[in-house]
Amino acid sequence: MSIRSEEVMKIAHLARLGIKDEQLSGYASELSNIMQLVEQMNQVDTTEIEPMAHPLDQSQRLRLDVVTENNQRESLQKNAPNVEDGLFLVPRVID
Amino acid sequence: MQWETVIGLEIHAQLATNSKIFSAASTAYGAAPNTQACAVDLGLPGTLPVLNEQAVRHALMFGLAVGADIAPYSVFARKNYFYPDLPKGYQISQFDLPIVGLGKLDINVDGVTKTIGVTRAHLEEDAGKSLHEDYHGMTGVDLNRAGTPLLEIVSEPDMRSAAEAVAYVKMVHTLVQYLGICDGNMQEGSFRCDVNVSIRPMGQEAYGTRAEIKNLNSFRFIEKAIAHEVERQIDVIESGQSVVQETRLYDADKDETRSMRSKEEANDYRYFPDPDLLPVEISSALLEQMRDKLPELPAAKKQRFQQQYGLSDYDAEVLTAQRALADYYEDSVSRVANEEKLVANWVMGDLSAGLNREGLDITDCPVSAERLAGLVLRISDQTISGKIAKRVFELMWGSIDSADTIIDREGLKQISDSGELEKMIDQLMADNMSQVEQFREGKTKVMGFFVGQLMKQTQGKANPQELNKLLQAKLKK
Repeated sequence: MSIRSEEVMKIAHLARLGIKDEQLSGYASELSNIMQLVEQMNQVDTTEIEPMAHPLDQSQRLRLDVVTENNQRESLQKNAPNVEDGLFLVPRVID
Repeated sequence: MQWETVIGLEIHAQLATNSKIFSAASTAYGAAPNTQACAVDLGLPGTLPVLNEQAVRHALMFGLAVGADIAPYSVFARKNYFYPDLPKGYQISQFDLPIVGLGKLDINVDGVTKTIGVTRAHLEEDAGKSLHEDYHGMTGVDLNRAGTPLLEIVSEPDMRSAAEAVAYVKMVHTLVQYLGICDGNMQEGSFRCDVNVSIRPMGQEAYGTRAEIKNLNSFRFIEKAIAHEVERQIDVIESGQSVVQETRLYDADKDETRSMRSKEEANDYRYFPDPDLLPVEISSALLEQMRDKLPELPAAKKQRFQQQYGLSDYDAEVLTAQRALADYYEDSVSRVANEEKLVANWVMGDLSAGLNREGLDITDCPVSAERLAGLVLRISDQTISGKIAKRVFELMWGSIDSADTIIDREGLKQISDSGELEKMIDQLMADNMSQVEQFREGKTKVMGFFVGQLMKQTQGKANPQELNKLLQAKLKK
């Protein structure tokens, strides 16, 4: 299976990555190579094998429902470029 | 052409936990912006999610209540999209292996019971809130809600009218509160609903293209939004166009839905298993433990109320709509013998009216179940009439006094002593001979005059049955 330039553009858009036009064909062929590797793996007969959701053969540990975090807004907002009234300010988004 | 409406629902129930689904920050409502958003909720590098045990238990409780298959092994997945109130750039949700599988729930519309399929219910985290009021042309983001545990409950497209959809939503709403897994507060957004609506020619099997109406937060809006959307789709199709699959927003002020975004291009969520979380395994021991904790469910309780207390379908439905209300009724009714219907009338009548008037919840009712029972007991043993009881009830509402204390203090005890009543009747007849004549000539309507006068004299305290009996006997002589 090969990836076309249009698909690279779509994937890049979904991931909000800026890709220059001249980079498109390069990415297309690199991604196609990865897909070929996947195709190759697809040839292995896995009918008897349980699908795996995680490489570690363990199950999720659960946390007791207790609040232990306290308010650290001041230090957490030190990184933010713009805050007001305790809110993070971002470029205007409207649906 | 005859059209059939097809409706499926997605309900987001905020799970009643102290801390978030993947972090130990508080979920309390109404805190100052970003004071309950920790490094995990903000998606800062190096943080890892750790699943909240209580959220899992709540999900299991729901699954058991709808008779669903519980997945012994379920997986969290990343749903990828970009929005400022979603700090990580993905929402942790569940995709192909949700914790709760296929179940079902019965609804009742106009006395007809219908079974609605519950496709699945999965755990996920909520996003934060974007505030579009003017911050110098920017958007403000509050991430307190980010990471709040949600159970998304997805129905089969089994509903065929707005009334059925509302009945289903109400049923789920009642159920999650019975189970104690969600506070059901729709104003605060603890219980929200997205509706998928499509239409098809009556008799056609294939579904039409659906539109999704987002974020409906009241039963009335759900009903109105569906009614409006069905009309819109009929107009679109009958004018020769076709319905577009899209997300629409209901505007309650204008009573219309409008397009939010076209779903075809926007939704490409690229789900994949979240490598930060291991699969969740549910042991049969835990499942049995949860099954033992399952309370009596609304449908069973309603049926029991009808059988045990001889209540009508309607009364039983109203009294069991809220677990706390049902508990109140049972507490009260257990204290008075043989007055099941009378207690029901008081709880559904004056008591509920008072709560509505003051915007109170049954758990904050100023008249306890015990005090209400004390009042009903005095109606039951004819110490006071039903009419006087309303006065006593009002005085109870504003005080902590018992019905007996108020009846004594205000001298409201009913006059049932026939000797005393007879004396008053004799006097009244002697003073109003012309009315007595009229009665005897067949104008029985003047009976009302005598009853009215006597009630006035006794300030409503005459025992009405006794009074009527004596009056009839004397007038007919």
